Amino acid sequence: MKFSEFVARSKETGLPLPRVILEREEEKTGVPREKLRQYIGGMLETMLEEANKKYGKRQRTLTGMTGSNGYLMRKASPKMISSFNHTAMVAALSMAESNAAMGRVVACPTAGSCGVLSGILYSLWKLENASKEELIDAFIVAGGVGWVISRNATLSGAEGGCQAEIGSATAMAAAALTYYFSRDGMKCSHAAALALKSLMGLVCDPVGGFVEVPCVKRNGIATNIAIAAAEMALAGIESVIPFDEVVEAMRRVGRSLPESLRETGKGGIAATPTARRLVEKLREKNGLAMRQ
Amino acid sequence: MSLLDVMGPVMVGPSSSHTLGSLRIARFVYKFIGGIPSRVRFVLHGSFAETWRGHGTDKALLAGIMGMSPQDERIRDAQEIAARSSLKYSFEFDDLGEVHANTVLIEAWRNGKKYRIMGSSIGGGEIRIVEINGVSCNISWEYHTLVVVIRDVPGSLERILREMSVNITNLYLRRISAVERLATAIIETDDEVPEEDRVKMRENKCVIECYYIGRD
Ligand code: SF4
Repeated sequence: MKFSEFVARSKETGLPLPRVILEREEEKTGVPREKLRQYIGGMLETMLEEANKKYGKRQRTLTGMTGSNGYLMRKASPKMISSFNHTAMVAALSMAESNAAMGRVVACPTAGSCGVLSGILYSLWKLENASKEELIDAFIVAGGVGWVISRNATLSGAEGGCQAEIGSATAMAAAALTYYFSRDGMKCSHAAALALKSLMGLVCDPVGGFVEVPCVKRNGIATNIAIAAAEMALAGIESVIPFDEVVEAMRRVGRSLPESLRETGKGGIAATPTARRLVEKLREKNGLAMRQ
Repeated sequence: MSLLDVMGPVMVGPSSSHTLGSLRIARFVYKFIGGIPSRVRFVLHGSFAETWRGHGTDKALLAGIMGMSPQDERIRDAQEIAARSSLKYSFEFDDLGEVHANTVLIEAWRNGKKYRIMGSSIGGGEIRIVEINGVSCNISWEYHTLVVVIRDVPGSLERILREMSVNITNLYLRRISAVERLATAIIETDDEVPEEDRVKMRENKCVIECYYIGRD
């Protein structure tokens, strides 16, 4: 399954890209596409509802290493970025923190990277007044991008590093934004490629193995990368390397990452003196790890 | 992975393998034994043992054994809810041998019977139930699952299959004991197995025990 096939099919038939993607799932699972759309609409509603509930709130996360980033971001008025970015960042940080606080999230594409899509869809909803149907369409395009990645590479940090999680989420978000503003499948695939290339090689290095540091902040920052990639694609900038080939490259990079950089909490920032100290403290306080 | 798996699921965080997967293993046990046990012992292995609390694995396991769904926001209060109920529970840590890094052994007591079920969380919320009461297996719980202990005599499998009115997707048979002539049949179906089928199966002379674990 290639993303270029979706784009080509949409062009040939004149059918919108989200419809082409849904038809493919219908073929595979036998579930009628109206039903799929309804189900996806339900997930979108949960996503927006939760983002609304948690937006800019302080939260008590499992380890306490994060929990007030969404709050701080909301309190600040941005000096450089637009309010669209700012809202997306607050929502993304808040949802990633909600995940770390055992709140309800839509794990799109994974729990650890759930903030990115939530963030940009929330901005589209709040600031662009996007309709529910338009948001579902954008969400499905994001799903199509993630689906292609899951088939040809991986969405798991333990397998492919953080490029597979936050990287994929960002590519998905970039495609969703581009679809919303252009309805142009080719531009979507350029946006996804630009985003994924920017995060190629990103390692998975959670402190102590917990989905908090650096995960939460990566969600917030990634919304901006998605927005930038979408702006570039909308301006007509093309990725020299087609998206499907970028995915293949990402897969190969993931395979060559050593295990210490794939969710083991043993490499990258997880192996810094501060990280070690923090984990030691958590251990003493909470009995987080029972094995010495 | 389907499109919907990529776009979801709706779940309580923080980790699909440590939280969602562990909840599903415990929820499988809850459904297998037919309700909340009076007592339960969780033995955590490998990465489950190393990072259990930081990933909420303890809460997820407790929530699952009490039958909560993966989207239930009460999961984070599972300990308080368990404390208010009559459920007795304990967490222990042990090396369970050559198993997946995220593995838990659950021993549960209900209505005077003891059950021992081991499961692994293999990523993305997917699980494998690898042992039930000493019999090794490999149940993904992607289907409705029947676990039937039958007499290991010629024709008994055929007789129990006759009670099934729905199409069978997968079927496995494992001998438990040659001496006692017992075997375990694991039957997986796409469609729900109707109550009448299960009643007939339990009445069948070849059947010693029959457990039905409907898919979520
Ligand atoms: S660092 Fe690892 S655990 Fe954290 S978001 Fe990235 S892939 Fe997920």
